[in-house]
Amino acid sequence: MITIPPVHLAVVAPLLVVGVTALVVMLCDLVLPANERTWLAYLSLFGLIGAMLIGTQLWGRQTSTFSGMFLLDNFGLALTFIFLTVAVITVLLSVAYTSDRGLVRGEFYALILFAVMGMMIMATAGDLIVVFLGIELLSLPLYVLSGFARPARDSIEAALKYFLLGAFASGFLLYGIVLIFGATGSTNLLQIASVLTKGAHNSVMLYAGIALLLVGLGFKVSVVPFHQWTPDVYEGAPTAVTAFMVAGTKAAGFAVLLRILLVAVLPVRDVWLPAIAILAVVTMTVGNVTAIAQQNIKRMLAYSSIAHAGYILVAVAAGGAAGTSSAIFYLLIYAFMNLGAFAVVIAASRGGEERLAIRDYAGLARQRPVLAAIMAIFMLSLAGFPPTAGFVGKLTIFQAAVQNGLTWLAVIAVLNSVVSVFYYARVIVFMYMREPEGEPWPAVAGDGRRMLALALGICVAGVLLLGILPTPAYQAAQTALLNIL
Amino acid sequence: MIHLAWLVPALPLLGMILNIFVGRRLGRKGVGLLASAAVGSAFLVSLGLFISLGGLPHGVHQAEQTLFTWIAAGSFHVTVSLLIDPLSVLMSLVVSGVGFLIHVYSIGYMEHDKDYRRFFVYLNLFVAAMLILVLANNFLLLYVGWELVGLCSYLLIGFWYEKKSAADAGKKAFLTTRIGDVGFALGILLIFVTFGTLDYSAVFSQAPKLLQVGGTTATMITLLLFVGAIGKSAQIPLYVWLPDAMEGPTPVSALIHAATMVTAGVFMVTRTHVLFELAPFSQSVVAIIGTLTAFYAATIALTQMDIKRVLAYSTISQLGYMFLAVGVAAYSAGIFHLMTHAFFKALLFMGAGSVMHALDGETDMRRMGGLIRKMPLTGWTFVVAWLAISGVPPFSGFFSKDEILAAAYHAGHPILWLIGLITAGLTSFYIGRQVFLTFFGRSRVAPDLEPHVHESPSVMTWPLLALALLAAVAGFVGLPSANGSLIQSFLSPVVGGEGGGSFDLLLALLSTGVGLTGIFVAWLMYSAGVVSPTRMAARVRPLYNLLWNKYYVDELYGFLFIRPFRRTAAFLAEIFDPWVIDGAVNAVALVTDGASRVIRVWESGYVRNYALSLLAGAVIMLAYFVLR
Repeated sequence: MITIPPVHLAVVAPLLVVGVTALVVMLCDLVLPANERTWLAYLSLFGLIGAMLIGTQLWGRQTSTFSGMFLLDNFGLALTFIFLTVAVITVLLSVAYTSDRGLVRGEFYALILFAVMGMMIMATAGDLIVVFLGIELLSLPLYVLSGFARPARDSIEAALKYFLLGAFASGFLLYGIVLIFGATGSTNLLQIASVLTKGAHNSVMLYAGIALLLVGLGFKVSVVPFHQWTPDVYEGAPTAVTAFMVAGTKAAGFAVLLRILLVAVLPVRDVWLPAIAILAVVTMTVGNVTAIAQQNIKRMLAYSSIAHAGYILVAVAAGGAAGTSSAIFYLLIYAFMNLGAFAVVIAASRGGEERLAIRDYAGLARQRPVLAAIMAIFMLSLAGFPPTAGFVGKLTIFQAAVQNGLTWLAVIAVLNSVVSVFYYARVIVFMYMREPEGEPWPAVAGDGRRMLALALGICVAGVLLLGILPTPAYQAAQTALLNIL
Repeated sequence: MIHLAWLVPALPLLGMILNIFVGRRLGRKGVGLLASAAVGSAFLVSLGLFISLGGLPHGVHQAEQTLFTWIAAGSFHVTVSLLIDPLSVLMSLVVSGVGFLIHVYSIGYMEHDKDYRRFFVYLNLFVAAMLILVLANNFLLLYVGWELVGLCSYLLIGFWYEKKSAADAGKKAFLTTRIGDVGFALGILLIFVTFGTLDYSAVFSQAPKLLQVGGTTATMITLLLFVGAIGKSAQIPLYVWLPDAMEGPTPVSALIHAATMVTAGVFMVTRTHVLFELAPFSQSVVAIIGTLTAFYAATIALTQMDIKRVLAYSTISQLGYMFLAVGVAAYSAGIFHLMTHAFFKALLFMGAGSVMHALDGETDMRRMGGLIRKMPLTGWTFVVAWLAISGVPPFSGFFSKDEILAAAYHAGHPILWLIGLITAGLTSFYIGRQVFLTFFGRSRVAPDLEPHVHESPSVMTWPLLALALLAAVAGFVGLPSANGSLIQSFLSPVVGGEGGGSFDLLLALLSTGVGLTGIFVAWLMYSAGVVSPTRMAARVRPLYNLLWNKYYVDELYGFLFIRPFRRTAAFLAEIFDPWVIDGAVNAVALVTDGASRVIRVWESGYVRNYALSLLAGAVIMLAYFVLR
């Protein structure tokens, strides 16, 4: 007699809402006339915000369903809110972007929604198999989205590179999962933890599994030396997609990394901690140093995102309540800063033509003073200047590191953020202190400008509000701790 | 009503923000009206707070309003909260009330300025900063207001920044007060180290337990705080910025000298009086510096010929009186004089501004005279202010100054009292001299200006009349009675019922006599012509020169501090910076740049290379985890 375990659909309710919305968007695409496609964006926003509202109702509850495959806790919910916020902003800035570049195709929003669903699965997964499912559900739409600007050559190149290397990395990830299963006899995160606590595991196999898992996840969050796809893909992919990847994929990858390292394999922290710390140092340093030499703004932001992955690894290494909450808090801030910076790149474009070289931003302050001021805010926040959110975020991470005895790591991180000022400030220097080159770039009034402005407004508000009044959000992040048995 | 307290600083801030963003669409008239209305409504809210203070339950004299938690980092917890008690409400009434009149006056005064909107934006911010300062319930928020006030003074004194002297004066004010601010910041840090909190209520309630009377910590804290007050309130030796501050537009001078900024120090000492009472030495320092400043600045004012410069030294001198008061623990007397001084000093400045407005910016009193015939409103209101500052009964200055002198006398400081008394005589003399030179006698106005001399528009004279009324009658809240005066009993929940406020007929008669003597001598010299001022000056030439040149203090500071500083700065700028610092920075940049180029080679763009490096990374990871 097979007993069917009880199912709490409430646990996965936000997930279901996003999934259903994705399907409805796909269907509507079939019946809507080509010039009415903006409705798909509205529909997507409706679903995303609905999922968010349902999520708020679940805040504070702790349970699991599908035999522990999915977990409901504040950690997962907090990350879910970040993903949904990222998706909302992405949709808002995509309307203008796709119409400017003639990319208005219905599957765009459906793919974004499916990718968000993948992220949400990753953050709420209680089992390594579900983690893998989530990663694949996230990755497949992203491969398509990276090549969405077809037939543009660099977009197709980005998609192909991302797909080939992503498949390669997925292999490592899967192999890692298999080894961990072999070592502990389970793929359930909580059960793995209890097996490890008892010490009833095969150490070599387990450690090899963790190593390969870190390779696979490190690829997703662009940790050096698994990062090399990042600049090429971020540069080639359509800017709206890049923004989504930078903010969303990284948050999802770190959600999994935090859950696995700080729950499942926490008992062997002594083993993985040095590796994570070294990866953090290498990632920060390579990201920052390479960013200095970049002439293309999207590549520069790509390396900057690698450097930021290093900062978040510092939080992971710090671990504990302080590390977890500072990582969540930073991921939120990071999402606002990067989405904002990419939104400026989109808003500063002229029709289909984008300002891609940092040189193109010369004199922007003269031509588009508000836009330049907004960009300056994001750059200062990325560099970590008060009173922006970037400062508070870095502060909480460094504090967590010092509290947990990793002062040397915090010092290296601070030195790194000093280096980073160089290339962020350069954008400001170009915007404010250089004469514009060539013809002025007038602001274009196209479709979705209002939505783009709204997206920019949300990001600016987020960066300033979290910088000046960080306490409420940080306190929420502090309650978003991991469910440890 | 109390829960609306946040509106008091928020309204001027709102006025500022609106003027920044939509001011251009409002037109000149709208900008000025909006800014004035913002401050005016802040005054109305303060008035509401004043009324609702009386409505508090019996025995409760204060309320706090927490707006939000600002910083919560471990044990360091700071909220943005307002403290509504008699002292803060009285201060907000003075700041917003006088501030409002100055705003209205500025509508007329700044009418022809091209940067009309910028002026009102700064002015609103200034008032808002001062209101934050007085309403704060903790030291950090106080410091925020304190620094914002400093910033605004810099912006407004240097408002006409194309003029070098104005830009320099702005810098001078900022740098000089910064010296004091460093002390102030250190004092606040020491408070945090000692008490572990920055909230007034917690600090003041723990102070008697944690600090010894006359102990080193108490003395250090209070002296450091007082250093801040010396800077902001222009006392010896940091007063030098205030006379130069008149480079700003005259309404700004009125605002700085009367309602905001300089009163911050007196307010702060009163607010932290619990700490000062634990440090008798610091109290004596406050009283002595105050008295010396009062006398010293009054002597300089005797000889100055610039209509605003006389008033500037007069402000320094009057602030000295206030510090004398708070130094002898007569806090309500100090705050009382702060209030009456706000009225008559704003009036004097605005009167001087009105004169300058009529004379095309002329400030030299040697080219004035007889103006009362052409500008009667300005003239007569100026006379009211003169009588007030001279302590002629029943004008307001009589009550407040007399209370201070009586307090000093009864507190057992006869020498300070005597110096204060002499200063009172000097005060009535130099303002009298100013009145006679400016408004009476025959006209020495330049002939080409003479026909254009006119009374100012009513938007400027109405504030003058309102202030004249206040300067005349405000003293009655200090009218002595059996239970102490009105203002004393109003402030007693904050500063406690103090002695020294008792009315002493003999002392009052004496100070009135001295005041009248000063007026009489001024009349003899500058109106009746019985004594010739030039012959007087010739007879005491060295002394006169010393006073005329303001004791050469600016020159002394230039020699002692500014020149060595300049030399050091030049060395740093021309030798140290380009070679050592830039060299180091450039070297770092060169190395990083080189590294960056090397790493870029790694970034080949070929998928096969990327896969290979991914594989290599995986091998290293595996090797670490398996072989460790």
